[in-house]
Amino acid sequence: MTAKPYSFANVAVSEWTKLRTVRSTFWTFVVGGVLGVGLSALISGVSASHYYSDVVIRATWDPVGRSIRPLLLAQLAFAVLGVLTVTAEYSTGMIRTSLAAVPKRTKMMAAKMTISALSSLVVGEVVAFAAFLVGQTMIHSVQPTVPYATLGQHNVLRVVIGAGLYLALVGLLASGFAVLLRHAAAGIAVIVAMLFIIPGLAAALPTSWSQPIEEYWPTNAGTEVYSLGHGAHALSAWVGLGEMALFTAVVIGVALYVLERRDA
Amino acid sequence: MIEARNLTKSYGATLAVDDLTFDVKPGTVTGFLGPNGAGKTTTMRMIVGLDRPSKGTVTIDGRRYRDLPVPLQEVGALLDAKAFHGGRSGYNHLLCLAQANGIPRRRVDEVLAIVGLDAAAKRRAKAFSLGMGQRLGIAAALLGDPRILIFDEPVNGLDPEGIAWVRRLMRDLAGAGRTVFVSSHLMSEMALTADHVIVIGRGRLIRDESTARFIDSSSTRSVLVRSPSTPRLNELLIREGATVETDPSGALVVVGLDAARVGEIAAQAGVVLHELAPQRASLEEAFMELTSESVEFHATGSTNGGQGDR
Ligand SMILES: Nc1ncnc2c1ncn2[C@@H]1O[C@H](COP(=O)(O)OP(=O)(O)O)[C@@H](O)[C@H]1O
Ligand SMILES: [Mg+2]
Repeated sequence: MTAKPYSFANVAVSEWTKLRTVRSTFWTFVVGGVLGVGLSALISGVSASHYYSDVVIRATWDPVGRSIRPLLLAQLAFAVLGVLTVTAEYSTGMIRTSLAAVPKRTKMMAAKMTISALSSLVVGEVVAFAAFLVGQTMIHSVQPTVPYATLGQHNVLRVVIGAGLYLALVGLLASGFAVLLRHAAAGIAVIVAMLFIIPGLAAALPTSWSQPIEEYWPTNAGTEVYSLGHGAHALSAWVGLGEMALFTAVVIGVALYVLERRDA
Repeated sequence: MIEARNLTKSYGATLAVDDLTFDVKPGTVTGFLGPNGAGKTTTMRMIVGLDRPSKGTVTIDGRRYRDLPVPLQEVGALLDAKAFHGGRSGYNHLLCLAQANGIPRRRVDEVLAIVGLDAAAKRRAKAFSLGMGQRLGIAAALLGDPRILIFDEPVNGLDPEGIAWVRRLMRDLAGAGRTVFVSSHLMSEMALTADHVIVIGRGRLIRDESTARFIDSSSTRSVLVRSPSTPRLNELLIREGATVETDPSGALVVVGLDAARVGEIAAQAGVVLHELAPQRASLEEAFMELTSESVEFHATGSTNGGQGDR
């Protein structure tokens, strides 16, 4: 029998079937969307209603940030999806069947990550645009006299598109850790530490320490894409996102190296 | 053909598979026999590339499993009754496997029909009974219509009807010229289905021969004799070269002479017999004896490190 060898495309189609045929995928994205857009609407609306009574809000008014920054909570859902697509293989025993069908492990895992990252990117962009548009609408309808943003303004489109990219990248990074750790709880703990705990702790350090951590910590660097302008001590948007992408690539590289060598 | 050469696997201090060399030849059902913990599952995991051998190699028609161009079309393996995602339907489970190897979708319906899961295929697999899970695993193994099938303890946990079905399936597959490599910890199971047996104990090869030969060579024969004049008969039989033991009920267990000869000796000497019964050790006993020897051998044989189990 001279069979045609299976291709990356075959495996990617298979991974797409895997992703779309479990309910958790849909619900995780729904949670991410509702959390992101809902929080964006809430924070945008509340901020606008305090625009005239709160001097600080007025002085630092940034309508784009008010509607896009809330996505930094919704990123948890994308992280969870990134972890679960990998760890469900291990917790269910599916990994044995998957690797029997696709013994080239890097191919299997790379296809899985490609598919879940592409799905997260599509959902992430939809959520980012929805959060922006809903947020601006809230601002405008709560206080019609408060300045609001449009996609046509300088850098605004970059922020919104970048926000969706960042969400997909968070999912990929989470998948990389999940391949290394193989357990959902461990994977989620590590990505939560990366995203929230370590940056939070760093803030408690002396400025000379916390300032470079805040600037260069990979997931912090990635969030630079959320800002319209950049302070003296901040990476530019794409450099920051690039640093996070590079870090993600290294984590995934190590994870695939380990995956190829250990017992499944 | 599956070829294992000096296949060895250790997990830390545990030597699970110890220098196994064997061939699984095409067109036969080869039984892979050994008590629990003998290393059967580990060996099968190494065949399909899930575990890396610590030493040695195992190949499928000369190629490593990971180098097979379309693995599911060459080897179908059932290693575990629960190697699927319970949240996915049986149909979608098989569909994603078929897609990974470029197998047409209609084949999913075919194998579902073969294993009798067509009616349940749209239900989520977590609702499946153990037997249905086993059938789903077998359906996955058959998906690529492979020449080689590997089944790890396929009848475990099945009801009698399921057991009969699996046995028939294995014989049909071999009848159609396929290679079937099936493990069990029960000799009786293998006696019914296997043409050839590979017996291991503590990871080591004990036997590799036809089932008929294995049964023949490993079942010792003895004769049970009951007589009112046991001491006199005992003496006569020993003089004829037999080995004689007395069982707890007082009967003699004679090894080395057949029942006819024992009867003749007793008749010549005028000894009355109340019972004269040829005994044949059951397969299970023979198998236990064989593998317990390997256990003892191993315990005394592991001088290096001194961390033999127990
Ligand atoms: N992943 C593992 N880690 C450590 N020990 C293992 C592992 N898998 C199997 N073993 C040990 O290897 C030996 C052989 O196990 P196994 O291959 O499952 O035997 P069998 O299938 O014949 O019952 C046993 O002592 C078992 O405890
Ligand atoms: Mg086993």
